[in-house]
Amino acid sequence: MYKYDNYDQAMVDARVAEFRDQITRRIAGDMTEDQFKPLRLMNGLYLQLHAYMLRVAIPYGTLDSRQMRMLAHIARKYDRDYGHFTTRQNIQYNWIKLEDCADILEELATVEMHAIQTSGNCIRNISSDQYAGAAADEVTDPRPWAELLRQWSTFHPEFSYLPRKFKIAVIAASEDRAAMRLHDIGLELIRQDGALGARVFVGGGMGRTPMIAPEINPFVKADDLLSYLEACLRVYNRYGRRDNMYKARIKILIHEIGADEYRRQVAAEFAHVKTLGIDPPLAELERITAFFAAPAYDAPDVEPDRNDPDFAVWLDQNVKPHKQAGYAIVNISLKPIGGIPGDATSQQIDVMADLAEKYSFDELRVTHAQNIVLPYVAKRDLYAVWQALRDAELADANLDLISDIIACPGLDYCSLANARSIPVAQKIATRFADMDRQRDLGELKLKISGCINACGHHHAGHIGILGVDKKGVENYQLTFGGSGAEDVSIGKIIGPGFDEDGVVDAVEKATEVYKALRQGDERFLDTYRRVGLAPFKEAIYG
Amino acid sequence: MVEFRYRADEVTEQPSVTLDAFLDQSNATAVRLEPDDDARALIPFLDRLTLIEVAFPKYRDGRGYSAARILREAGYQGELRAQGDVLVDQIAFMRRCGFDSFAPESSLNPDAVARALDNYDHAYQGAADSVVPIWKLRHG
Repeated sequence: MYKYDNYDQAMVDARVAEFRDQITRRIAGDMTEDQFKPLRLMNGLYLQLHAYMLRVAIPYGTLDSRQMRMLAHIARKYDRDYGHFTTRQNIQYNWIKLEDCADILEELATVEMHAIQTSGNCIRNISSDQYAGAAADEVTDPRPWAELLRQWSTFHPEFSYLPRKFKIAVIAASEDRAAMRLHDIGLELIRQDGALGARVFVGGGMGRTPMIAPEINPFVKADDLLSYLEACLRVYNRYGRRDNMYKARIKILIHEIGADEYRRQVAAEFAHVKTLGIDPPLAELERITAFFAAPAYDAPDVEPDRNDPDFAVWLDQNVKPHKQAGYAIVNISLKPIGGIPGDATSQQIDVMADLAEKYSFDELRVTHAQNIVLPYVAKRDLYAVWQALRDAELADANLDLISDIIACPGLDYCSLANARSIPVAQKIATRFADMDRQRDLGELKLKISGCINACGHHHAGHIGILGVDKKGVENYQLTFGGSGAEDVSIGKIIGPGFDEDGVVDAVEKATEVYKALRQGDERFLDTYRRVGLAPFKEAIYG
Repeated sequence: MVEFRYRADEVTEQPSVTLDAFLDQSNATAVRLEPDDDARALIPFLDRLTLIEVAFPKYRDGRGYSAARILREAGYQGELRAQGDVLVDQIAFMRRCGFDSFAPESSLNPDAVARALDNYDHAYQGAADSVVPIWKLRHG
C-alpha cells in the first residue's frame, strides 16, 4: 500500500489547517453560506436534510487496518456509531456537526486520510478495481496509476472550478469491475509493444443523461498520461456547458460536438501541453509502484474443508479466485437481508480491520457495489475468517445476487432525492430472503436511485429502479438491461412506474419470466438481451 | 479596484477594452476577457499588452483559470488581473495559474488572503507559477 512521505503528509496537514480556518470564518459570520458552500463541498461536507454529511476519501478503495479502525472511531465518536460505504469506494457519515469537522479531519490526517475533493465541481476520488493486485486477469496493478492521478488531481489549480464534478476510474483487467466506461474519464491500462499505457475513454456517465464513454485514444504512453489528461480537462473546462447544471458534465460536451471533434481538440491541446514539462518521469510511477509490491505469500495451496454447509455456500458465492496459488479474494457483503446497503457499524468496521490485519496482509478494499474485500486471504484461513464474519453478522453469502443491491441514501437522507431508496431495497431483499431462491436466480445486479442523478447506478443495473416524485407521491420506474461491466449498457425503462409495493411485485414477476425462459447458464441479463422486453412486459403489465 | 498586486512595475492606468474592440482597433495595451472569450486570440499581440483583465462574473465559473494558464504558457509577461467575484479561497489557485493582481468586487480581508497564500508549502503539479512540483523535488 502507498505510504505518505513528508510532502504528502504536509499537504494533508495544511488542508486541515485551511479548512479549520474556513470553518472558523463561517461560524464567525465572515463568510456567507453561499461563499462557504464551494469550500465545504470541495472537502466533502454536504448539508443534507437533517445534518451535515461528511464524505471521507478512500483513494481507489484501498485502506489498511489502522485506517479502517479510524473510520470506526469517527463513527463512534462523532456520528451515530455507523458509517455508509459509497459507490465511489468512499465512506460517508450522515450525522456530523460542523464544529467537529476540523477535529475529524485532523484525526484522519494521523492515518494518512482526508476528505479532499470528495465533492464539488472538481476531480473526485479516483476509483479502481477492488481486486487490483489480486486478480488473475490484470495486466498490471492499476493502483499505482490511480495514486499518481490522485496526487496530480489534488488541489489542481486549473481544474477546481470545472463546469461539474469529474470522475475518473482506472482498471487493468479484461473484466471491468469498476464501471469504467460510465465515468467522465475511464482508463484501461494495456500493454502495447511491451510498454504499459492507457486506453482513454471520455464522456461516460449516469445521471439524467446516461452515456457510455467513447474511446478517445487507443493508447497513451505512461509518461504522456498526465499531459493528455490535462488536455482532456482543459478542453472541458473551457467549452463544457455552464448555462445549465444538468448539461454541464463532459458527456454532454462530447455528445454535442462529437467524439471526433473532441478528440481533435484534445490532440491539439496535448501537442501544446506536452511541451510544458508537467509529466513526472517514469521514476515517479516506479517509486509509487514499489509500495504496491506483492505481499509475502507463504501459504500452501490447500483447499478449505467444505463440511460446514453454510460455509460452503459462502465460499461459492463470496470468495473469488486469486492470482496466487493458496490464496483467495474474500468479499464481505454489507447487504444483510433487510439492512441498509453499504452501512456498517463501528463494531463491524473494527472486526473487518482485525480480520485484515490478521488474515489479509493488513489490507482491505471498498467496492463500488458498497461491499468490502479482503484481497489476500490464505485458503487455509478461510474458515476462520468466515466464522469471525458470521459472529459479526457480516457473512451474508449474496455477492452479486438479487439482494446485493446498490442503493443511494435517497429521501431518508439526501436533499436532492425525490423518493426513498432504502425501504425499497429492504423490501426487495426481504421478498427474496430465501437464499436458495436467490442462488437459483444467479447473478442479478439490482440498483436503486432515489432521483434522476442516479447515484444508485440504476442505469447500470440488470434491473434498475428509479424513484421519482409523481404529483407528490413516490413512484418507481423500472429499467432492464443495464450493465456496468465489460458488457456495458444502459438500461431501458420498461413502462409506467409503480408504487413501492408494486415495484417489488414487478421485480418478482420479472424473475419468474426469466426462470421460465432462461437457457443453459444464462443470467437474467443474458435472457433479457436474447428475448427482449415483450415477455417481461406482458407478465408485469398484462 | 485592484486590492492585491504581486508585481513590482507601475499600475497600468489605461482602461481595458473588450476583446472584440481590441481585435478591431488594436492599439490598446489593456484588454478585458469575458469567460466566453478565447484567450488564444490574444497570442499574436502579447508583446504589446501590459494588462489583461480576466472577468469572473461568478466564482463558480472556472474558465478564467484556463485563460490565465494559456496566456502565461504563451509567454505573456504583463499584468494578469482577476476581476469580479474573486474570493479569498480562490486566490491561491489563481496565483498558481498565473494571475498576479486581483480586483475583487467585494473587499477581502488582507490577513485572510495572506494566510490563504501561505498555507501550502508545496504543490503536486506544475502550473504557471514557479512552484516546483513535488514529483520534481522527489526526483531532483
